[in-house]
Amino acid sequence: MKKIINDPKDVVDEMVQGLVRSYPDYLKRIPETGVVYRSDLEKIKGKVGIVSGGGSGHEPTHAGFVGNGMLSAAVCGEVFTSPTPDQIFEAIKQVDSGAGVFLVIKNYSGDVMNFEMAQDMADMEDIKVKSIVVDDDIAVENSTYTQGRRGVAGTVFMHKVLGAAADQGASLDEIEELAQKILPNIKTIAVALSGATVPEVGKPGFTLADDEIEYGVGIHGEPGYRREKLQPSKALVEELVGKLNDEFKFEKGEKVAVLVNGMGATPLMEQYVFMNDVLNKLDELGLNVEFTKVGNLMTSLEMAGISLTIFRVNDDLVNNLNYATHTIGW
Amino acid sequence: MLNVEDVKKWMENFDNVIQEQRAYLSDLDTPIGDGDHGNNMARGMEAVMAAITDKDFADVPSIFKTIAMSLISKVGGASGPLYGTAFMEMAKIGNGDVKELIPAALAGIEKRGKAVPGEKTMVDVWTPASALVQKDALTVEGIDQAVESTKEMVATKGRASYVGDRSVGHIDPGAMSSGYLLKALLKAEG
Ligand SMILES: Nc1ncnc2c1ncn2[C@@H]1O[C@H](COP(=O)(O)OP(=O)(O)OP(=O)(O)O)[C@@H](O)[C@H]1O
Ligand SMILES: [Mg+2]
Repeated sequence: MKKIINDPKDVVDEMVQGLVRSYPDYLKRIPETGVVYRSDLEKIKGKVGIVSGGGSGHEPTHAGFVGNGMLSAAVCGEVFTSPTPDQIFEAIKQVDSGAGVFLVIKNYSGDVMNFEMAQDMADMEDIKVKSIVVDDDIAVENSTYTQGRRGVAGTVFMHKVLGAAADQGASLDEIEELAQKILPNIKTIAVALSGATVPEVGKPGFTLADDEIEYGVGIHGEPGYRREKLQPSKALVEELVGKLNDEFKFEKGEKVAVLVNGMGATPLMEQYVFMNDVLNKLDELGLNVEFTKVGNLMTSLEMAGISLTIFRVNDDLVNNLNYATHTIGW
Repeated sequence: MLNVEDVKKWMENFDNVIQEQRAYLSDLDTPIGDGDHGNNMARGMEAVMAAITDKDFADVPSIFKTIAMSLISKVGGASGPLYGTAFMEMAKIGNGDVKELIPAALAGIEKRGKAVPGEKTMVDVWTPASALVQKDALTVEGIDQAVESTKEMVATKGRASYVGDRSVGHIDPGAMSSGYLLKALLKAEG
């Protein structure tokens, strides 16, 4: 393991400390917790608070999306491990100003259980809380025999759209309705070139040969659906857009937003090459690309690879995606 | 009938194994999960030991409650709410009768995780353990057998379900740590 850290046990604490000290105008931390909230919290008085969180190691997710027009607070768990209910509850209390709090949860058994327990705690204190469980990763079959699909990079679109709605004064019920409406229209699929090493574990979660790639990996080193020899970007795009199109069954003229997300160790140069091929392919399919975003938004430590998210949109959703946002990560 | 001292000994035994087997538990979690189970449990048990060592407790429910809160607030992951709820439900029993405690723990885990036997989770250890304890027949062998039985199962709950059929051939890490917990109980009972 080769990392710029001190004691692996202290990574999350020291990261959060470094983050809030770098950007005091954006972020504050509830002392002794992994909870990071907007420095200008008074600006959302009377509005619904949006809280997300999960394991660390996905930076800039989640804390990087805290700020005007996106999240009100984020809860940072240990690396790749769900945060605990007491901390999630702290975040809820911090951002509730009477209009209620909406939780954006990624579909992992740990996250779901911890957020549920926090929701129970909030109920006991009469704070109105609603939530959505994001499950955009199409690599996993969605059947009653699995935990269901994982929440990955598409979650960032959820943050963006709901954050914009909340800032414009949407009620808790309206936000819930919006979340449920867009959820089935956000889908993601990834390809990995190399694995990630959790600091406390010290070795990679999986390894790939120099010339090998794996389709369908998750953001915590979860195995994907196929390994093969490295392909040119165009071929990767064929595979990934193909998978997404199998799900969406797009018709010509549909409007979409596209996110090309770097997993941590993949240079932006390659991400733009990949996006170029994606846009060509979507043109070929006759889709209208209304919004694009490229960058490291939902990483997996130093994993190399890319994920592709397609979001079926309408004009209102495009407005939300373009809504003025003041965060360090978007 | 467990008293406060027995529960402390139980936790001490469990903590020792967890710290010793931390890397092994994370290794079990690597092929079918995300490789954090040993670290999650080690972090949780460190907090439990800090909260109960050299502390006085009025009765068994109150020490169970403290253990539950430490696990809930320190473990995270799936195992934090599951073990935390197990100890919370044991606290609700109001006494130290293992014949009531183990079924209560199982009920808590089932309520929280909604898994049923055969899904390759810790439920596959707690279910037979709960049955055996009713018959005064909970033994190290019985526990080991239950843990081992998860090896041939296909995971349908938790992270391991993402690998589907490929989960066969690996022992479930949460089943293993649950096995440690139950064996630590037997040892504390002497
Ligand atoms: N729904 C469930 N019901 C019962 N047990 C479960 C369930 N989901 C997971 N488990 C148990 O939890 C163990 C994994 O715990 P671990 O501490 O590694 O959390 P995790 O799943 O990695 O959480 P996270 O996704 O937040 O990292 C599994 O081995 C399994 O025994
Ligand atoms: Mg795990």
